[in-house]
Amino acid sequence: MPAVSMTVNGKAVTADVDPRTLLVQFLRENLRLTGTHVGCDTTQCGACVVHLDGVAVKSCTVLALQADGCNVLTIEGLAAPDGPLHPMQEAFREHHGLQCGFCTPGMVMTAVDIVRRKGHELDERTIRQELDGNLCRCTGYHNIVKAIAAGARAMKGA
Amino acid sequence: MTATGIGAAVRRKEDFRFVTGKGQYTDDISRPGEARAVFVRSPHAHAAIKRVDTAAAAAMPGVLAVLTGAELAADQIGHLICGWMIHSKDGSPMKMAPHPALAAGKVCYVGDPVAVVVAETLAQARDAAERIKVDYDVLPAVTDPAKAQAEPAIHEVAPRNTIYQWHLGDAKAVDAALRAARHVTRLDIVNNRLVPNAMEPRVAIGEYDRGNDSFTLWNTTQNPHVARLVISAFVRVAPEHKLRVIAPDVGGGFGSKIFIYPEEVVCLWAAKKVGRPVKWTCDRSEAFLADAHGRDHVTHAEMAFDEGGKIIGLKVKTIANLGAYMSTFSSSIPTYLYATLLSGQYDIPAIYCEVDAVYTNTVPVDAYRGAGRPEATFVVERLVEVGAREQGIDPAELRKRNFIRSFPHQTPVIMTYDAGDYQASLKKAMELADVKGFGKRKRESMRAGKLRGLGYSTYIEACGIAPSQAVGSLGCGVGLWESAEVRVNPTGSVEVLTGCHQHGQGHETTFAQVVSDRLGIPIEQVSVIHGDTDKVQFGMGTYGSRSGAVGLTAVVKAIEKVEAKAKKVAAFMLEAAEADIEFRNGKFTVAGTDKSAAWGEVALNAYIAHKFAGAQLEPGLKESAFYDPTNFTFPAGCHICEVEIDPDTGRTEIVGWTAVDDFGKVVNPMIVEGQVHGGVAQGVGQALLEKAVYDKDGQLVSGSLMDYTMPRAEHLPTLKVDTTVTPCPSNPLGIKGCGEAGAIAAPAAVINAITDAIGTEDLAMPATPQAVWAAIRRAASMQKAAE
Repeated sequence: MPAVSMTVNGKAVTADVDPRTLLVQFLRENLRLTGTHVGCDTTQCGACVVHLDGVAVKSCTVLALQADGCNVLTIEGLAAPDGPLHPMQEAFREHHGLQCGFCTPGMVMTAVDIVRRKGHELDERTIRQELDGNLCRCTGYHNIVKAIAAGARAMKGA
Repeated sequence: MTATGIGAAVRRKEDFRFVTGKGQYTDDISRPGEARAVFVRSPHAHAAIKRVDTAAAAAMPGVLAVLTGAELAADQIGHLICGWMIHSKDGSPMKMAPHPALAAGKVCYVGDPVAVVVAETLAQARDAAERIKVDYDVLPAVTDPAKAQAEPAIHEVAPRNTIYQWHLGDAKAVDAALRAARHVTRLDIVNNRLVPNAMEPRVAIGEYDRGNDSFTLWNTTQNPHVARLVISAFVRVAPEHKLRVIAPDVGGGFGSKIFIYPEEVVCLWAAKKVGRPVKWTCDRSEAFLADAHGRDHVTHAEMAFDEGGKIIGLKVKTIANLGAYMSTFSSSIPTYLYATLLSGQYDIPAIYCEVDAVYTNTVPVDAYRGAGRPEATFVVERLVEVGAREQGIDPAELRKRNFIRSFPHQTPVIMTYDAGDYQASLKKAMELADVKGFGKRKRESMRAGKLRGLGYSTYIEACGIAPSQAVGSLGCGVGLWESAEVRVNPTGSVEVLTGCHQHGQGHETTFAQVVSDRLGIPIEQVSVIHGDTDKVQFGMGTYGSRSGAVGLTAVVKAIEKVEAKAKKVAAFMLEAAEADIEFRNGKFTVAGTDKSAAWGEVALNAYIAHKFAGAQLEPGLKESAFYDPTNFTFPAGCHICEVEIDPDTGRTEIVGWTAVDDFGKVVNPMIVEGQVHGGVAQGVGQALLEKAVYDKDGQLVSGSLMDYTMPRAEHLPTLKVDTTVTPCPSNPLGIKGCGEAGAIAAPAAVINAITDAIGTEDLAMPATPQAVWAAIRRAASMQKAAE
């Protein structure tokens, strides 16, 4: 079994993995970081989104070995350990942008990436288009769109 | 109303763990020594099983066991059941085919589980599963519910694949109305089959403790106690008192996680056989085959009108596809949750509904958000809208002429509506939607080469499921009351244990709001506990929009008992008569004096018990209530959908959505609106995007998220959501419930809008761009032919 090394949420990790291991499995099962979720098997749903070297990726479609030497940020690493919530997390709570919470980590990680790429003033149409890769069955996206617009603005100060 | 009391938009307590990735969903749980299970499922829709060869699989690395239907039967594990008895017109009981958790003898749908591999790792289990060889004798598949009754029987017990032929209402009166009618509107309607697709796939972890001879099941269930009851009493995997069922955080259910499925049964059974915890996690493509589907009705309906546009009769004939086996509540969905709502918001003197439920070689069908009521609403609201168009009457005006205006109102289909004001919601919705300005907007669209349409859906539903005697008399095998226990701790904090279950509905917050409001204690001092049969006394779970109306009423009744006892304790403390004790805003006072005791002091005294003798009052402050509702509740409202269609591509854009719902009193308006948003999204999904498609061989062609179109953010508009309020008279909080309303109202509003835009009724759901484009062309060529 080949070895893989990466930095996850600021911590260096090394493990031997079956080469078929997906990054999402590595995070959830080897590292017990279960905040990143598996919602599908065709790369549609986005529940597994993490940041790989600063860019949002679907961790169900990345092999753990592909992340060798990379920096991975998961939902657990978004806010400081004993610190306040990240503005995007706070925005989701404030605007009721979640119900069952299962899609939420992926939504938040995608949202932070949208801000990185599109800036802090996001209109409704842009947000809706950018969420093409994130499915939610509970909220109808209504409050997710509101939360992301608010979170984007709040991230400006931070 | 306080900032955290009833009626306040309190932000949710549970959100911290969800936004930080600290939720505990069932797949997040790892039991020590856990083994992994993979199911082998039938690739054929209908086949005899000649042989299952497990030898090669059993020899693969890491494999602990390979189990089949034969071993299951040898261990005398019982069958899965449908718990609601429906009788046919001729009095005969429904034809419930035996449903083992692992197929033996034959398979009846693509996805029917045949064997399970248990191995050390998931990869090893998957590799071994591929080595199982099953010899099948493929049989012809029955796939079309409209034709199933003319095909050979799938199950011996059900000739002509007919499960039951049920009816409700007065056939003679309806036929007379049809003969006397000035106008009859006739429609043939297919209510398209849907796949629920909650974002969290199902998971089951079965664990056996040999020391205690006891079982634990972690499961993504909406109703842990019901699962425990069915698995122990009917499936007989473990005795009830030796089985603990835990539903931790659950990522959405929408009904699909109510039912007792093969996988949890097998995981429990296998755990004892291998002596290790056994975990199964459903893949998404597997979920398309393993989770119950929804809807799937074929209906012919006729609505009779008099010369004033008054509805004088409604006749409905429905064929309901229940799939290959009867799932846990399947029989009730197209009967008592469907036909009983065919009066809609209207005063209809005569209604008759016939329902034939059939078996086909497809995934079993059961409740999915709305469960019978979306189907009923679609039939009624399409008939009314089309009827209005055919008679040249404005659709809002036709509705007004037919609204029920006095309550209580006994419908001809069992339900007695308690309170409502349908006129008020229609009026408010029309104002918010600016119906008056529609003509101008339509002309603007036309100038841009687009078609614009407006559609109404004035829906009603029955929820707050349900009064036990009523449903019992209709064949339900269980009561549908709810339980609550309110435990006051010596330090004054409160734990509410509810038999309801949250999988997105926010009970940890709303239930705490009610307790905080009633007892006058800070909401931070209230915890809500659910989902564990070791902690919570028997409860019926969450579905049917029942947690507010039924679950919270049980909480209120328990609170009332707590208040009564606390007053007794306060009386001893304050040396006053019990009748003189007043309780308000967390303080007990002796009437007419300034003698008082705080909540916390009274709680502590109840447990320290120094101020009263055991003979006078039992120590402690904890009360329980089981609440059985006296009636269903009847949320109702008006949704108005406005669409703009590009005739060249058939693409529909929803340019306006207005929802005015009457949910009675509301505990948390933010959460209630969220339920409307989500319900509407699912209804729009049904109307525009979603369909579970089978080919003639019974293969599920739309078998993954690549082929089955889930609503995305781009498909949905921002909604205008408002309410009118007629409090529910049958529970103390005045709550009607809100969870399913959006999914019930929406499909009819969308299709009414699109057909308004394109000028033809010849359109089925889902109204994909292709379907709309084709409908426009068909109508144009028919128009041409007529000229």
